[in-house]
Amino acid sequence: MKVSYFPGCTLRTKAKELDFYARKCAEILGAELCEIENWQCCGGVFVSAKDEIATKLSSVRALVAARDANQPLVTVCSACHNVIKQTNHAIQSDEDFATKVNTYLAQDKDFSGPYSGETEVCHYLELLRDKIGFDKIKEAVKNPLKGKKVAAYYGCMLLRPGKVMAFDDPENPTLMEEFIKALGAEPVIYPSRNECCGGYVVVEDAESAKKKSAKVTDSAKNHGADMIVTACPLCKYNLVKNGSELPVIYFTELLAEALGVKEDNYAE
Amino acid sequence: MQSKTEREKEQILRMSGVNPLKCMRCGKCSGTCPSYDEMEYHPHQFVYMVETGDIEALKNSDSIYKCLSCFACVDRCPRGVEPAKLVEALRLLVIREKGANHLTPNDIPELVDDEIPQQALVSAFRKYSK
Ligand code: SF4
Ligand code: SF4
Repeated sequence: MKVSYFPGCTLRTKAKELDFYARKCAEILGAELCEIENWQCCGGVFVSAKDEIATKLSSVRALVAARDANQPLVTVCSACHNVIKQTNHAIQSDEDFATKVNTYLAQDKDFSGPYSGETEVCHYLELLRDKIGFDKIKEAVKNPLKGKKVAAYYGCMLLRPGKVMAFDDPENPTLMEEFIKALGAEPVIYPSRNECCGGYVVVEDAESAKKKSAKVTDSAKNHGADMIVTACPLCKYNLVKNGSELPVIYFTELLAEALGVKEDNYAE
Repeated sequence: MQSKTEREKEQILRMSGVNPLKCMRCGKCSGTCPSYDEMEYHPHQFVYMVETGDIEALKNSDSIYKCLSCFACVDRCPRGVEPAKLVEALRLLVIREKGANHLTPNDIPELVDDEIPQQALVSAFRKYSK
């Protein structure tokens, strides 16, 4: 199975292990991540105003590239995923927005025709659940993570807005817990798993982000977790910076460990 | 002729697509807002203050920079009002004015450490600058 892949800027810099293990594990599980050419940064966060057009064009260009390749568009970073999925939804549901976007795109050199939201946007975790299947992952596990108590941290961006993301039940998600079970570990359910880490506000008000992150890590710890997994580099940064007593790792690292391809000192 | 307040209200409603009249003032949005403590005006207040035209107060308040865009208020509002979209519209109304950026590249070195992911910076600029 081939899918179009949008890595995003952070996976090329501060979160290389999120990308590296995503590719490696996909290969083992029979999916090829075909990186789209000349992708541009998604902007990190969706701007909900209807009259913000130009800032959403990078997402649309990625969606068009996937459409032209006749493949779903897969992202690993929850932020890229949120921005691209919300942009796709805006094109599907807001005619005025779609018209303006297409007017811009028509000026691109290699414009392949108007876009109306036909690409399927899929997070890597959805790829695992819906296209590969947790049963198949279970079979591929070489090193079951027995006895590990893992707290899945969804944060906001995988889940909300629930109607648009349609990723899982936004108040009681199960996808990452099923994923953790498939790897042989034990998922830990805790109340703050879908609350915000403080996000980009850390740049302007570090104290505020610290409060939000501490709430999440305390909640996971008090419910008996040994570690936290996330799909978002900013969540990871906030939780670690604000003194998480539990290790925080990317879900792709956990997957790589279970599939037996985790490198001891991954540094590139 | 329309007053400035009327013009701004109309613009906010158009940008956000929000209809404040759907609000039943239950306060659930503010109850669930993780930035409640940092905000002078809370999500439910954004809704009724836009409706009543109390727009200057919102524009001048730091509350517009405290929203995390976590969309908890959007998903948990029983009436589908989507208060976060009003906060966004108010913030844009302010920072789109010349020289009104809330964050500039010169501010960055002092604010960040070596570990900060690119995602945090692009997101902050998307929300705080034009
Ligand atoms: S939750 Fe919705 S209905 Fe209740 S106060 Fe907030 S905006 Fe109004
Ligand atoms: S989106 Fe903003 S206003 Fe709404 S709950 Fe989150 S922080 Fe509060």
